[in-house]
Amino acid sequence: MKWLLLIILLVPCLAGAEEARPLTDNPQAEARLKHLAVELRCLVCQNQTLADSNAPLAEDLRREVREMIAKDMSDKDIIEFLVTRYGDFILYRPPLKATTTLLWLGPFVLLIAGVAALVLALRRRQKKLVDLSLSEDERKRVAQLLSEGANRL
Amino acid sequence: MNRFLLPLAAFLVVVGFLAVGLTLNPRELPSPLVGKPAPAFSLPQLHDQAKVFSPNEMTGKVWLLNFWASWCGGCKEEHPVLLHLAKSGEVPIYGVDYKDTRDEALAWLRQHGNPYPLTAVDEAGRVGINYGVYGVPETYVIDKTGVIRYKQIGPLREDTLQAKILPLVRELQNQ
Amino acid sequence: MIPEIGHYALILALCVSVVLGTLPIYGAAVGNSMLMSVAKPAARGQFLLILLAFCCLAYAFAAKDFSVLYVASTSNSQLPIQYRLAAIWGAHEGSLLLWVFILSIWMVAVSFLSTHLPEAMRARILGVMGLVSMGFLLFMLTVSNPFERLIPAAFDGRDLNPLLQDPGMVIHPPMLYMGYVGFSVAFAFAIAALLGGTLDATWARWSRPWTTVAWCFLTIGVAMGSGWAYYELGWGGWWFWDPVENASFMPWLAGTALIHSLAVTDKRGGFKAWSVLLAILAFSLSLLGTFLVRSGVLTSVHAFATDPKRGLFILVFLAVVIGGSLILYAWRAPRVGLGGGFSLVSREGMLLTNNVLLIAALGAVLLGTLYPLFLDALDLGKISVGPPYFDTVFVPLMTPAIFLMGIGPLAQWKKATLPALAMRLRWAFAVSAATALTLPFLIGKWTPLISLGLLLAIWIVTTSVVGLRERLAHADGSSLMGRLAAVPRSYWGMLLAHCGVAVFIVGVTMVKGFEVEQDLRMNVGETSTVGGYTFRFDGVREVKGPNYIAARGTFHVSQDGREVTVMYPEKRRYTVQNQTMTEAAIAPGLMRDLYVSLGEPVDNGAWSVRLYHKPFIDWIWGGCLIMALGGVLAISDRRYRLAWRRKEADLPAATQMARQTVS
Repeated sequence: MKWLLLIILLVPCLAGAEEARPLTDNPQAEARLKHLAVELRCLVCQNQTLADSNAPLAEDLRREVREMIAKDMSDKDIIEFLVTRYGDFILYRPPLKATTTLLWLGPFVLLIAGVAALVLALRRRQKKLVDLSLSEDERKRVAQLLSEGANRL
Repeated sequence: MNRFLLPLAAFLVVVGFLAVGLTLNPRELPSPLVGKPAPAFSLPQLHDQAKVFSPNEMTGKVWLLNFWASWCGGCKEEHPVLLHLAKSGEVPIYGVDYKDTRDEALAWLRQHGNPYPLTAVDEAGRVGINYGVYGVPETYVIDKTGVIRYKQIGPLREDTLQAKILPLVRELQNQ
Repeated sequence: MIPEIGHYALILALCVSVVLGTLPIYGAAVGNSMLMSVAKPAARGQFLLILLAFCCLAYAFAAKDFSVLYVASTSNSQLPIQYRLAAIWGAHEGSLLLWVFILSIWMVAVSFLSTHLPEAMRARILGVMGLVSMGFLLFMLTVSNPFERLIPAAFDGRDLNPLLQDPGMVIHPPMLYMGYVGFSVAFAFAIAALLGGTLDATWARWSRPWTTVAWCFLTIGVAMGSGWAYYELGWGGWWFWDPVENASFMPWLAGTALIHSLAVTDKRGGFKAWSVLLAILAFSLSLLGTFLVRSGVLTSVHAFATDPKRGLFILVFLAVVIGGSLILYAWRAPRVGLGGGFSLVSREGMLLTNNVLLIAALGAVLLGTLYPLFLDALDLGKISVGPPYFDTVFVPLMTPAIFLMGIGPLAQWKKATLPALAMRLRWAFAVSAATALTLPFLIGKWTPLISLGLLLAIWIVTTSVVGLRERLAHADGSSLMGRLAAVPRSYWGMLLAHCGVAVFIVGVTMVKGFEVEQDLRMNVGETSTVGGYTFRFDGVREVKGPNYIAARGTFHVSQDGREVTVMYPEKRRYTVQNQTMTEAAIAPGLMRDLYVSLGEPVDNGAWSVRLYHKPFIDWIWGGCLIMALGGVLAISDRRYRLAWRRKEADLPAATQMARQTVS
């Protein structure tokens, strides 16, 4: 009820409504934070990004990243800072290294192998089908039968 | 080889990995800090705000650094193990009170007992970040030269203590 | 008493499944028609028993019987009835019962709709499905019994996870399971054909409609899961490449490949061994999904509470079912005949190339999902594979597939020529390229990905138009209506499903390219303009739900001074589990969604608020719905209805014959 009353009281002053402020004072820094944080994994609730998570650690890490942005550190340095503490696990985009080569190249290797297998399989089929086709004698016999059929009509 | 056996072979590989996967915990992260020097810090002490604690005071000793908090359930669970270990005197356990309020932390120690010769206060959780803490309790084994040799994530249990941590501690102490 | 009846019904169902899984298959092997005829009544009897068990569990939930452990742990006396019933599949044990129940529904459907199949084939199909259900019933009765008693009974239940207290959750799991489990029919057809050595074009013709129906359900199920994530998780995302999402997407990709390869097998008799392998693969991936969700080997937002014993059981079951089928495949497939010949540039060739692309995409999803597990098992460190990876590899794999989608349906069977195809498609290509290049500028922003997305979507639509025009030119009938009616429904179904993909791509492209998001600190009375809409925050008040307390915000939304809508996002606290949930408010629309999500109170009645303008996002799910409708249209085609009728005519003869054999 109290809220309702408040709203009714507030309605007259809504005419000259003010523009809401962004949550932070520095929208550019925030955009950069967001850009970084969507590719980082929250370590507490492990299936959210650092940008989406409300876990206290995620908030602390966002604060940490904000400070690094304020210090004008490069994206690479910021990521480096996090990886030395939490390992590659924090990166949603696994870095390309010896252990992840298969991960990054696997799908394309699979594609190339698949296309090659398809082409080979088609060739082999074609060959088998040709082998199955008629011999010279059989072809003559067919021609003969066909002409006999035509004569009978 | 019969190419029709390929799917079976691929499947067997996957099943093998899945079977191993059943024995692993996907939530547990190995720390990249193991084998590296313990990050330096200087934090006020819980019982005496005027004094600070810093890990380089511990050079020459093998010790455990335990991150805990009064709001953390797992800490209550491991607390008897810590108390028992402290009593045995085998290795000193230093505490870091992580993202907590001083009053609640003091009350918690009064209620449950204090295994720590000294507890430092990390109110903002920055030292925690430097140590890669992502869920309290976490316990680090640090050697005489100040290098992290082992990290326990989650509550310390008597069996891991006996099987892993104490043998490691003894080995490090003899070095 | 009632839960015990349910429990006994499950035990009896297990006994029936043992009979069903052995006698008919043995009978088919030795040609004993009496043993084979056990299949039908056994399948129906099993259905009735599982139905009874299901009703018993439903009753326990409806009657708030907290002496049943499962009921006590997933519901609460304050939980409204619709969610109490949805709680049947709200956790591990009950969702398994749903799995088995749906399997038995499919079995009954097969038993009624397969009278035109040879008796041995039908006996084998039902037998194989019986074996699958035996595994699941055994699983339930040993380590996940939903009827387990809790003594002494709980005073009240621990409540359903608030994330699942949502109308979408009432129908999403049944839909998804209809799809997952539906692939068991295609699987059983394939295994039956391998067992019987009757792997021919008729096999493909029979299993096609079943596969398509299952695929339609799965399409809807996956789309609903994504929709649920969009409005329930509160961060406006619709797909996160989470392991559980991937687990539902992989069978879909395999099923899509299967539908297309079955078309080749059916029409041209080719690639039978490949189609069989895909049928096995689609169902195997459904089972793998079940394993991933319940074993705890991967972390996920959606996973059930896990237990290694259960994981082990499913893994062994998985190994037996899939391993056994693949051994059978390796043994029997080499003897399968070849079918008609064709060149790579032909409709068959393109369908199969598309298959390769789909399977490569499937491989990418599988690899990305399991790779962290692989590395961990080899002790090579822990990594995360998330959306950036999948987006990076998925787009280049799907782009050629979608490009082919436009060409394939226009290519001739057996052999087509590229120059001729290029001639026929030159206008379609010109129109799509021109539109894709200019349209983004008109909307206001050009990026390569936006252009690519639009290109693919328009390409599908324009090539469909070309295809339809050519089809109409060749159709019988003088009037346009007559010719339209002469086009078979399966063709309309294909066009519709392909256009569904186009609609889907438009949705994804537009929302990724033009979404606007604002994080604000809003005082009561303050406004903010997002995507041309002005949101005015009119404060927050407290409301009480049946089992939660919510802070409900009021936002008046206007465009050009006219009020468009009022939105009420909520921040709910569910009292039993003391869990806070963000209930976003969404104003859906054909061209855009408005999305308001309430954050935290800041100070003096101000709140942190997230506002989104999401253009065309509903096209994502609309596209999926259209795809599924295309599938429905395809199976309503004349040839299947004819098969139906012919079968009815054949019925007396068949029965007679059976009787003769018996006597």
